[in-house]
Amino acid sequence: MPVAAERTLNLWDGKIKARVKVAGQGPALVYLHSGYGLIWEESLDQLANHFTVYAPEHPGTSEGDPDAISHLDNLWDLVLYYYEMFDQLGLEAPPVVGHSFGGMVAAELAATNPARVSKLVLIDSLGLWRDDTPIKNYMVTPQSELDGLFFHDTSHPARKLVFMNPEEPDSIIRVTWALACTGKFIWPIPDKGLRKRIHRISAPTLIIWGQYDGLVKPVYAEEFGKLIRGARIEFVSNAAHMAPFEQPAAVSKLVRDFLKG
Amino acid sequence: MKISMFHLMPHRELPADFESKYHSVWVDPPFWELADPDRVGQYYNWTLDELVYAAKAGMDGICVNEHHQNAYGFMPSPNLMGSALARATNGLDVALVQMGATLPTTIPPIRVAEEYAMLDCISGGRLVAGMPLGTAMDADLCYGITPIEHRDRYYEAHDLILKAWQSREIFAWNGKYFQLPMVNLWPRPIQTPYPPVWIPGSGSLSTWDFSAKHDHCYCFLSYYGNNLGKRVMDGFWEFVDKNGIDPNPYRAGFLQLVAVSETDAQAEKEYYPHIRYFYDKCLHILNEYMFIPGDQDHRSLVNSVRNLLPMQLELLNAVSSWKYKDFVENQFVIAGSPASVRDQLMQAVKKLRVGNLMVLLHIGSMPHELTLKNIDLFAREVKPYFRDVWDDEGWDNRWWPARIKNTSQKSAGANASSASH
Repeated sequence: MPVAAERTLNLWDGKIKARVKVAGQGPALVYLHSGYGLIWEESLDQLANHFTVYAPEHPGTSEGDPDAISHLDNLWDLVLYYYEMFDQLGLEAPPVVGHSFGGMVAAELAATNPARVSKLVLIDSLGLWRDDTPIKNYMVTPQSELDGLFFHDTSHPARKLVFMNPEEPDSIIRVTWALACTGKFIWPIPDKGLRKRIHRISAPTLIIWGQYDGLVKPVYAEEFGKLIRGARIEFVSNAAHMAPFEQPAAVSKLVRDFLKG
Repeated sequence: MKISMFHLMPHRELPADFESKYHSVWVDPPFWELADPDRVGQYYNWTLDELVYAAKAGMDGICVNEHHQNAYGFMPSPNLMGSALARATNGLDVALVQMGATLPTTIPPIRVAEEYAMLDCISGGRLVAGMPLGTAMDADLCYGITPIEHRDRYYEAHDLILKAWQSREIFAWNGKYFQLPMVNLWPRPIQTPYPPVWIPGSGSLSTWDFSAKHDHCYCFLSYYGNNLGKRVMDGFWEFVDKNGIDPNPYRAGFLQLVAVSETDAQAEKEYYPHIRYFYDKCLHILNEYMFIPGDQDHRSLVNSVRNLLPMQLELLNAVSSWKYKDFVENQFVIAGSPASVRDQLMQAVKKLRVGNLMVLLHIGSMPHELTLKNIDLFAREVKPYFRDVWDDEGWDNRWWPARIKNTSQKSAGANASSASH
């Protein structure tokens, strides 16, 4: 099993010490995490068997540097920040895989400068909005309701990796702050204009969706599929919004086959 | 010391099963199921009448505040209320304590500077300028402010307002959140360099820092009694001491629920249902709406999760099974005969070292007549004993409108009872 090493990069004029977990070998792949922060789970291990996985921690979510987030004001800043990161990692145009919040960022990276993303994988991605299917604001939704939106099997062991343990102050602080730092770019509605930029995406795109995603419902998979030229959609059975956590083998195989193909 | 009456303007007639039927009193209670605009008009008018009555009864100040989308207290515009109050209390030495217009959600924030200046002009310099950050529910959910920017926006709004009040020159404001090319405020407040500023807070470290840095009055607003109050205010005074700031008791404010009747037994009989209503219904707020990720900065989050939250949640859970005596013993409410209230309130004021006290004399479902009685008894039988509390220490209340600082509002029951209502 590949062990993730950690690299720290000086970015954004030296104001942000970016932490990136790096694991595996083979061609590069950038993985952008959900609003719950970077959680190294099984699907990443499986990807690391075939790729060099670069998994950055969203600014502010790295331990010991909560205020890093204050240097990035908006989505434009965040996109430029990631291009700087790619530069420092020596990645001209890596494939980018993004889950949920990370999917929205990945799509913005591919739309702003299509030359910087060679292939795009969006997993249960945020970024679009339909009035007929509003997306629940998960930052203020009670846990009892979230469970079923995020996991098809609400007793799945990965559930504990994602959500906070209300008995554990450290866990409350970590999860709350991850939601806070990612929420900066999606509050109060996770639609920041991607729809008008999405036509710029030229990377071959795979859309992976938990069949039972209760947060960003499968109709959004269709919506992304319609708006990104040539995109292919794959639904993952027995999975909800946290598809990579709930069905790591299925998700990582889809990603692998798509990127190797 | 100065004692002001606070009013929340709550819904007074929520159904008995409200808290079991609806998940939150704030953000998403359905208006048409729960309220009626004609009846709401009556609540607003009662509220105004009660505050004017308090002014005439001899209270030093009258306080209103701003909240949105709720049945807990729904004055979306405190300055509309303040305007009516300013006009109705001209001739009295009562302060208009606007606690107040929420800075980060008033866009552009010079609107607050303008309206407060208007109130100061209309009232002849009687304004206390409350500068609330706003709750997470109000700012982030009802008004769509990004939680992690909430406080930062507040700081910028504050700096802009203070500059707009004071600058003799027209200036350009090139802020992160607000850009205004030619700020030239009309009108300016009567009070110079600007009206006293009070900062309502809930125990957050960042708010202490901020109040101290700007020499504003810090007001701890909580409904969880003065044990939690003491914990927070001890922290505040320690902070003041550590930073070499003078321990002037007037730089601190505190809000206390108070209910006075002829006897202790009578107080229980008259007020208990309304206290119950307040804690069961008015404070029935979904936790997830209260603690929105990012609304507290990281160090306040850490402090709150490690130190304050466990105590608050424990208290909240305990309250549902409390009886009247628990509310009174824990001083969530200071209630009883005038003598009981005097004793307990005196202890609380001294314990917390508070020079600017606010008392909530209308609680939850209290009807109009009972509210007037509470105001009347408090103003006549309790308040006069507090006038000189801090005088032997010789501090100056620099956080009170100068023109009315040394006049004492007369406790005039007769005057008050002739107020129209």
